[in-house]
Amino acid sequence: MDKNFAARRRRDLIVAGALATLAALAPLFVKDVYVQNILILTLMYAALSQSWNILSGYCGQISLGHALYFGIGAYTTELLFTKFGVLPWFGMLAGGGIAALIAMGLGYPFFRLRGHYFVIATIVIAEIGLLLFQNWEWAGAAMGITIPVRGDSWLKFQFLRSKLPYFYFALGLCCLAWFVTWWLEDSKWGFWWRAVKDNPEAAESLGVVVFNSKMGAAAVSAFLVAVGGAFYAQFLAYIDPESVMGFQFSLLMALPAVLGGIGTLWGPVLGAAILIPMTELTRSYIGGSGRGVDLIVYGALIVAISLALPQGLVSLFSRAKAKNQVKNQVKGATR
Amino acid sequence: MGLLYGLIAVGLALIFGLMDVTNFAHGEFLMIAMYLSFFLFAFFAIDPLLSAPLVAAAMFVFGAVVYLLIVRFAMRAKTNAGMVQIFTTFGLAIVMRGLAQFFFTPDYRSIPQSWLGGKTISFAGIFLPEPQLVGALVSIAAFAGLYFFIHRTDFGRALEATREDPGAVALVGIDKNRVFAFGWGLGAGLVGLAGAIMAVFFYIYPDVGASFALIAYVTVALGGFGSVFGAFAGGIIVGLVEAVTALMLPPSLKSVGIYAVYLLVVFIRPRGLFGSM
Repeated sequence: MDKNFAARRRRDLIVAGALATLAALAPLFVKDVYVQNILILTLMYAALSQSWNILSGYCGQISLGHALYFGIGAYTTELLFTKFGVLPWFGMLAGGGIAALIAMGLGYPFFRLRGHYFVIATIVIAEIGLLLFQNWEWAGAAMGITIPVRGDSWLKFQFLRSKLPYFYFALGLCCLAWFVTWWLEDSKWGFWWRAVKDNPEAAESLGVVVFNSKMGAAAVSAFLVAVGGAFYAQFLAYIDPESVMGFQFSLLMALPAVLGGIGTLWGPVLGAAILIPMTELTRSYIGGSGRGVDLIVYGALIVAISLALPQGLVSLFSRAKAKNQVKNQVKGATR
Repeated sequence: MGLLYGLIAVGLALIFGLMDVTNFAHGEFLMIAMYLSFFLFAFFAIDPLLSAPLVAAAMFVFGAVVYLLIVRFAMRAKTNAGMVQIFTTFGLAIVMRGLAQFFFTPDYRSIPQSWLGGKTISFAGIFLPEPQLVGALVSIAAFAGLYFFIHRTDFGRALEATREDPGAVALVGIDKNRVFAFGWGLGAGLVGLAGAIMAVFFYIYPDVGASFALIAYVTVALGGFGSVFGAFAGGIIVGLVEAVTALMLPPSLKSVGIYAVYLLVVFIRPRGLFGSM
């Protein structure tokens, strides 16, 4: 069993490396800016969803308020950049740090809550953040911030001529989020989180410090999401509260992980790879009418996938594998 | 206003609070009910007050059908049932919004004149707008009715028992799906009532539900899951808090007070004011 586990982890790493290399080569073939845009968004949502998955999937604390951290990352970076001239690279880290601190500060009262009470509390806190930012004059209030053009360089993290640098950063972030998850999965924390998710009382009685492990998951998750927010702000060059902190972001972050397989290593990537292009394509091909057909199709697909594969798309692979195993066992038995 | 929030929340209190099924499409149910009431007025000139029972009946059927066709299957999931319910109903909400946009266009509509609209009534020196007053009365009646229904009838007991242990109720001959379909119908019917009254004094557009849905969830959770009285009390508190916040802070921040009070309540009492779960 142990041997299998180690082998599986090594295989995961190899597959991830191969996929990342493949993705890195993609711009050689994809010259179309529109398609590049979709790829960037896909990678970004994969990264966000992977980060969300750490707290909500592995640790089982379903948060529908991660838009708060996303917005904090975006706003910290841009406020520092526009008001104080701090480079986005530092702003990004500052945003991540602030988000992680806020996540832990909130975790202190929040993690006493269970089930629906917790989920609603996360929605509500993000909504409070949104309203506060909408009324904060210094931070641009509801009008938002337009990011001034300061040059076309990696130093300033602004690229005017090509989208490719954004693409590589999104890919890097996605790989980072994946790798952090991969690494934590097999660490003490990973095992604690799964124990907390399955049965907090039993975990506590076996010496898992439930509260601290939830805090750890929240901090890592918030940090990564905030970095994603900082990236998104630089990518769009314009932010306003609704477009970085709205409730839809919380759902969009959760959706790929849920469709792909919540609490799994590959779920978020797989979910994002299918969901985001689907969203963008339905929007641009049938959304033009302005009559909501894209919404109908998109919603219906979500319903269909949720109902057909409650454990996510990843379960398709494990199901196939289970079948194979049974076959092999039968073979072994008949021999 | 508090009682109106209560009226919107009462249907959710039944579906979300008592049956423990997450329904993210609650706001869209309200939206559909408002449109129904609008079209009954526009085409047949039936006043929303009269059409309220019709809308409620139509919504009853709609709710039951939604349960039987979709939600029933979402509840069968063995693992992470909560997430499956959230996203199934969320997808449903998107579909309903899209359909509303498709058939009714995104235009804002309103019912220009009705028996209640724009009138006020003087009561002991205080002027009250009539639609809100009727809404409040209907809300009290709806809560009283639901309370009686849950606690005094066999069906109400069956509903609670089914939530507790669907396997055990099957043994005593209660069909889970029939009970829950009826519960969903009833919940949607109550939203129908709310929608018909709201249609009198709110603009009607495909996204209208979203703005009320979150407050309805907060109302139910504030009062505590599993308690009809809690949702009623939650509605009143939410209304009061909103009125007080609107006095102290700019109007755009009026919801902050509601959310802050919710957080305060659950930090002190993690199961809501009157919750049993």
